Formats: sequence, structure tokens, C-alpha cells
Amino acid sequence: MSMPPPIVDFQRASKRYGEGPLIIDDLTLTASPGDFISLIGPSGCGKSTVLKLISGLSILTTGTLKVNGLAPEQAARELAYVFQEPTLLPWLTVGKNIELLMQLDHSAPAERTKIRQRVLSLVRLDGLAGRYPRQLSGGQKMRVSIARALSRSPRILLLDEPFGALDEMTRDHLNEELLAIRQQEAWTAFFVTHSVTEAVFLSNRIVIMAAGPGRIHEEISVNFPYPRTAETRHSPAFQELVARVSRVLRSVEEVLP
Amino acid sequence: MSSWRRLLPVLTGLVFVGIWYAVHFSLSTEERYLLPRPDAILQAFSDEGAVLGSATLNTALGALCGFAAAIVVSVACALLLSLSPLIRASLYPFLMMLQMTPIIVLAPILILWSGPGFLSVTIITFLICFFPLVVNTTQGLISTDRNLVDLFTMARATRRQEILLLRLPSALPYFFTGLRIAATLAPIGAIVGDLYAGNSAGGRGGLGFQTIIYSAQFKMPALFATAFAGCALGFVFVGAVIALQWRLLHRWHDSYSRTDS
Ligand SMILES: Nc1ncnc2c1ncn2[C@@H]1O[C@H](COP(=O)(O)OP(=O)(O)O)[C@@H](O)[C@H]1O
Ligand SMILES: [Mg+2]
Repeated sequence: MSMPPPIVDFQRASKRYGEGPLIIDDLTLTASPGDFISLIGPSGCGKSTVLKLISGLSILTTGTLKVNGLAPEQAARELAYVFQEPTLLPWLTVGKNIELLMQLDHSAPAERTKIRQRVLSLVRLDGLAGRYPRQLSGGQKMRVSIARALSRSPRILLLDEPFGALDEMTRDHLNEELLAIRQQEAWTAFFVTHSVTEAVFLSNRIVIMAAGPGRIHEEISVNFPYPRTAETRHSPAFQELVARVSRVLRSVEEVLP
Repeated sequence: MSSWRRLLPVLTGLVFVGIWYAVHFSLSTEERYLLPRPDAILQAFSDEGAVLGSATLNTALGALCGFAAAIVVSVACALLLSLSPLIRASLYPFLMMLQMTPIIVLAPILILWSGPGFLSVTIITFLICFFPLVVNTTQGLISTDRNLVDLFTMARATRRQEILLLRLPSALPYFFTGLRIAATLAPIGAIVGDLYAGNSAGGRGGLGFQTIIYSAQFKMPALFATAFAGCALGFVFVGAVIALQWRLLHRWHDSYSRTDS
């Protein structure tokens, strides 16, 4: 039986900024292609830092990290980031915003148009290409932001609390849509969230982190088969798992100074 | 309602003209020259039309050149200043000095350096317009949304791409704040410059120069006409800036109401 090579591979990784305190301590975490990994834990425990390390924006202090078999700086082309804020350029239309990353990469205009249309329809915003961000709702802006990330055809998608600022209804819808998109696109996801329900619904692995210094407290796997739908949330097994993850999370947060 | 509103300034204008006449006629006959009647000022416009017209054009030209030069130089300086807090710390005090120095006192010096005439007028306008432009544009360039800068960093954008596609467009609203101030100052700068540096050689005198001539000649109605010409010039400058600002910002910027989009 042969395992596929890991797409993200942290071995005994630690991180401190300058002379500051240890932010990440002895992190060993391996993601296989197609994993949907949620990172959950008290704020300040280093969840965003983990994403920054994968993206190569931040460099490990000790240990090793391979992304798609390469040093993270060399794998930048393989990944895309979705932030908590939609981070759209307000002076560009939705269409131009989606083309931004391709424009920065100097890809050909015809190619850009093709990809723009494809990702716009993935996030079900066809027809809104000519709008400006201020004309969109919060959920629509987030969809544009996701479409922009997808325009790079990433192998790894890093999402840092992307739905944290949205109301619960919108969040649920976007969760379902994100999974629907994933049925068509085989990226690996690292998803930072504060919502246990969201983590259980989306992921096949939930990594619960503890703070001071940031480390993995426990990993819980989620075995509900994909595709998951709104119905999945109502099953007793789902509720049970949510309760279990919440309990672990609470125990981690209680040890905070 | 809204057409009513538009009539209001006309109404206040008429009342104002009425008061003007009343004050004029309340003065003794010897004093009446101090406040010429509005129709006398209109008459002066037609009598002095050619002279005032060319003076206004000359001032407009000086104001425009100084204004344009200030835009180009201040944007370049703002780009430099936005590069690092160290550069700002070392240069800001001198920018402040430039702002605090009364340009009127500098005028005679400038004239000695560059001679009376168009060039001096342009330089004085430039000096007056430069400060609000450079300060506001720099502020705009350094207050780019942190999240957007992260996005560009994440996408491995080049420095050039970051400036052209992110920093400059996001500084636009700030630039226009400076531009509106500069637009009100430009005609004033050109007129002040012309008061000192204007000369009539080849019909190049502007409104400032005409002011000196008319006051020497005690032509009160013509002086008032000159003031109105300067005022009109100011409206043209500010109006052009407001129109351009609307053109470039109204679709996306929050300062324009959501309902118009
Ligand atoms: N650039 C940085 N320089 C110094 N400290 C940082 C930097 N970025 C984050 N930190 C620190 O690292 C810790 C973890 O931050 P972060 O990864 O953002 O946590 P989380 O996303 O889990 O809330 C925090 O204590 C934060 O203050
Ligand atoms: Mg964070």
C-alpha cells in the first residue's frame, strides 16, 4: 500500500519572531493531497502563523517544512490565500478584482477572461463582473475573494477565518458552496476558524491547538463522507462530534493564563 | 423641492445686489466712488473687456502652469517620501518651513533670481500649491489598507506593481483633497505673483498687474471687475477639479452616496 507523498509536511517545526517568545513549538503535521484541515484554538495560539509559514511569508526558526516537496518560498505558485477580510480593491470591478492575481503574474488577457468566467460561475456570481465591491453584500464579497484565490488553480488553499465576519446563515451557505466547489477542484485546504460547527462540517481533520507556546493539542478526524449537505448538520453523529470538539477546545482555553 | 433649492442662491443674490445699491446710495455723493454700483461694474467689464480678458488669460496660464508643475513634482516627492519613515523624518521639517514661509516675502527674491514675468508667476504659484499636494498625497500613499498590502506581498507582486496597481489608486482620494486646496490657491498664487512680478511687456500682464494699474488710476469699478474675474477663475479651477474627482471616484468611493450607483 503506497501513501501519496505529503503535500505539506511540518517536521518538529518551531517559530519565534526575532528574539521574541516561542510562537510555535515542535509542530509535526502532515497533510495529504485532498485533506481539508481545520485549525482551531484560542486566539494568539499561532494559527495564522502556521498559514504564513506554509505560504513562505514567514520562515521557520527550527525544524523543516516542505510544501509539495519544495521549500515554501519555491512553492508559492501552488497556493492561494483567502483572508478574513475580502481584501478587494474598491476601485476595480468584480471582474478586474478576480483577474488581479493573474494580472500580477502577467498571464495573457484571453486566458484571464476564460478563468474569470470559470471561477465566477464556481462561486455563482455570473453576471456580477461589472459591479464594484461596495455594491455587494458581505457574503458576495467573500465569494469574490474566494473566486480570486481559485483563479490561480491552487493545489493548496489557505483560508484564515474567511467567514468569521459573516452572519450564521450566510456562513452556512458559503460552507456548503465551498464543499461543492471542492467536489470539482481537488485542492488541499488549511482552514482557520473559531466555529466548531464549521470545522466539523468542512474538514476531514480538525487540529486543535493550544497557546503559550502554540502547539498541537489534539487531532480529531471527521469521517462523514463527502459530499456533505445541509442535512449532514442535523445528524446525531454530527452533533455528537461538535460537542466532543467543543469540550476539547474548552479544556484548552481554560488553561490560558 | 430641489428646483426650489436651486432658485435660492439666485434669490439671495438679488437681495445682495439690492443691499449693495442701498448702501451705495446711502453714501454721500463724494464717497460713492468707494462702492461703485453693480451696473457700473458691469459697464467696466465691457469697457475694459479686452484688457481684463487678456489679463485673466495670462493669470490663468500662470496659475495652470504652476498648478501642473506642483502636481507633477509633488506626486514624485510623495512617492519618495512614502518609501520610508526615515526619509519623511528628515524631509518633513523642511516642507513645513516651506509652508510657514510667507511666499509674499519670497516674491521679490524670486523676481531677482528669475526676472519679472511669467516664470516668476509660475514659480510663486507652484510654491503655494506644492505643500497641500505633497502632504495629502504622501498621507494617501502611506495609508494603504494593510490587508491589501499583504495580498500583494502574498502574490509576490513587484514593488512597481504595488505602487502602480495599489498605492497610487488608493491614494487618489487623498490626492484629490490636496488638489482641491491647491486649486483654490493656484489663482490666488498667480495673482499675488503677478502683483510683484507681473509686467506688461508684450501684453503679458495678469490680474495682479491690472490691479496695480487700476488702483493707480482710481478706477474703482474696474478694480471690482478684476476681483470678480479672479473669483470666476477660482471657480473654473475648483470646478474642474471637482468634476475630475467625480469622474474618477464616484463609482467606487464611499464619499459618493450609494444611491447614485
Ligand atoms: N510579525 C509578527 N511579529 C511578532 N509577533 C507576531 C507576529 N505575528 C504574530 N505574532 C505573534 O504570534 C502569536 C500568534 O499569532 P497568530 O498566528 O496571529 O495567532 P492566531 O492566528 O492563532 O490568533 C501572537 O502572540 C502574535 O502576537
Ligand atoms: Mg489569526
